[in-house]
Amino acid sequence: MADKKHKLLEVKGLTMDFGGLRAVDSVSLEVHEGEIAALIGPNGAGKTTFFNCVTGIYNPTKGDILLHPKGLETRRLNGLKPNKVTEMGLARTFQNIRLFQDMTVLENVMIGRHCRTKSGIFRSIIRDKGVREEEQQIVETCYQLLEKVGLGDSANEFAKNLPYGAQRRLEIARAMATDPFLLLLDEPAAGMNPQETADLDHLICRISEEEKIAILLIEHDMKLVMNISNPIYVMEYGKKIAEGSPQEIKDNPKVIEAYLGEETED
Amino acid sequence: MLRDFKQSLLISAWFVFLTFPLMAVRVNTTDQVVTWRLMNMVWVAIGSFVLSYAWRFMLERKKVRKKTAEEGADTRSKLQIKLEDMSFRYKAMGGLLIVALVYPLVVNTYQTNIMISALIYVVLGLGLNITVGLAGLLDLGFVAFFGVGAYTFALLNHHFDLGFWMTLPLGGVFGCLLGVILGFPILRLRGDYLAIVTLGFGMIFKVVMENWDSLSFGPSGIANIDKPGLFGMDMNLAQSTTYIYYIMIALVVFTILITNRLKNSRIGRAWIALREDEIACVAMGIDMARTKLSAYALGAFWAGMVGVLFASKTTFINPASFTFMESAIILSIVVLGGMGSILGVILGAFILILMPEYLRDLSEYRMLAFGAAMALMMIFRPQGLVSGLRQKYEYKGTKDQVNNG
Repeated sequence: MADKKHKLLEVKGLTMDFGGLRAVDSVSLEVHEGEIAALIGPNGAGKTTFFNCVTGIYNPTKGDILLHPKGLETRRLNGLKPNKVTEMGLARTFQNIRLFQDMTVLENVMIGRHCRTKSGIFRSIIRDKGVREEEQQIVETCYQLLEKVGLGDSANEFAKNLPYGAQRRLEIARAMATDPFLLLLDEPAAGMNPQETADLDHLICRISEEEKIAILLIEHDMKLVMNISNPIYVMEYGKKIAEGSPQEIKDNPKVIEAYLGEETED
Repeated sequence: MLRDFKQSLLISAWFVFLTFPLMAVRVNTTDQVVTWRLMNMVWVAIGSFVLSYAWRFMLERKKVRKKTAEEGADTRSKLQIKLEDMSFRYKAMGGLLIVALVYPLVVNTYQTNIMISALIYVVLGLGLNITVGLAGLLDLGFVAFFGVGAYTFALLNHHFDLGFWMTLPLGGVFGCLLGVILGFPILRLRGDYLAIVTLGFGMIFKVVMENWDSLSFGPSGIANIDKPGLFGMDMNLAQSTTYIYYIMIALVVFTILITNRLKNSRIGRAWIALREDEIACVAMGIDMARTKLSAYALGAFWAGMVGVLFASKTTFINPASFTFMESAIILSIVVLGGMGSILGVILGAFILILMPEYLRDLSEYRMLAFGAAMALMMIFRPQGLVSGLRQKYEYKGTKDQVNNG
């Protein structure tokens, strides 16, 4: 099924140790073009650690993280700094919202454009025509992104004054501003009410279809995961225990055990 | 309301009780008599009551304000709203500039001198504002950069007879270099650790200058530094003070222009993002090392430049001018004025430098007042006198409307 599509991200045997604790144990995973893949698992399974390894916040102990951008040569992401990873086209959001609180909504998104623009210190001081045009370009791109996630009206508000659901969407917009071809979303629906979750559902599908951005998401909201994502990867205690389509995952006894506990005979 | 009143009464009574032995009873041991100064007690009672009541009133006001802010109401002061209006801003700036230009012609040399030192601190504050206010990197050794500028000029002038104008940019460049040198080892540090290392850095500079006799002439310092020249004209003291004043005004205007541009640029945004959240900042593709180093270097640049001017103004420098106290004062200027706000820093510098000059009689209580002022600021206005306004962009109009404080 997915084999014919172009492989974007390939993680092979990723292992991450913190001292004696093995948080992620040889997990392999692939994300193909046009996919919305999901990574699920109980709390503490190592999903966020996995994300942090892929995005360069941690340097993995073992394993390979390979990025295959379309039309470009394959790049190994191990040991690269987060900003380099982002430059290569892999953006992320955070589980506990990490917005720039004291900046306006628009400025938050503008930060995302930083790695795609290049006016330096001296040109910023002189503020020549090129810089002014670039700035204008940034503002316009970011404004359009905000409209897409439905935040166009609050562009000049402080990020900290936004309601919770909007802050989540702003994080997505900010990540999208870096021009990624693969977006990693860490629990985008955490703390949202059903209505907001449904909106997010649409938003993620739209990003995937309209922007042609592949998505890998960590999520606890099973309804959201089963609705939109395929394939699904399941982790428990740092190990990958299952992978497959939503239906396969639902019927997998290992997954049921991980979530609901072992069946006992009485 | 009544509760506050009662509480204040109680506090005033408690203070009377506490200070009674100190303030009211005086034992004269030579005459073996005890004098009772009961009037003092009345003053203590009134004073503590008024202060306590004012304190409660302010806290109450703060609470109310916070509540309205949470309800989404506009909490900006009238001044702030006015400042966001560009035409008012230009008028105010023009007016201020005229006042600044006329100032040395109407006051005496002493006053001009005081104003020059205040302006020096304005530039220092604006420089530190980049490092601390925008990029959020605490720097307790900022005076080292100031010192480097001053020593650059003093030494080049002493050995090679280089003039003021030649050295002015050099001072900035040396400040920058030192900023980068300091920046490298502390890229990974944050919070308390950063404070300690920068504090140590400032101390190291002073100790080196005190002890490296062959280079810096030790604690005896360097004397007979040239004053800034103007096409080789001879000037008397009053004239050259006025001249330095005008150079200083030009330097301040230059600093404001450049820091303002930087603040609203791509680089400035990266600094603020770094201050707000380091991890999110790198995850969004910003090179942390480069951003941090540029913040240190550009902050230090201004200190180095104004250091050259300082050496040239005083014509004598020694390490005693570059103590930790200076760093603390510059940092206080930024914190008191409002982190990240250019107007705030200017205001802060004037308050912190001019007040002690005009209240010389109370100079013993200077540090006390300093501490009290800082504590009060932290409670009532943690964002500083003027909070940094954020730039607003308009999409449809294609022309962006710039607002900055």
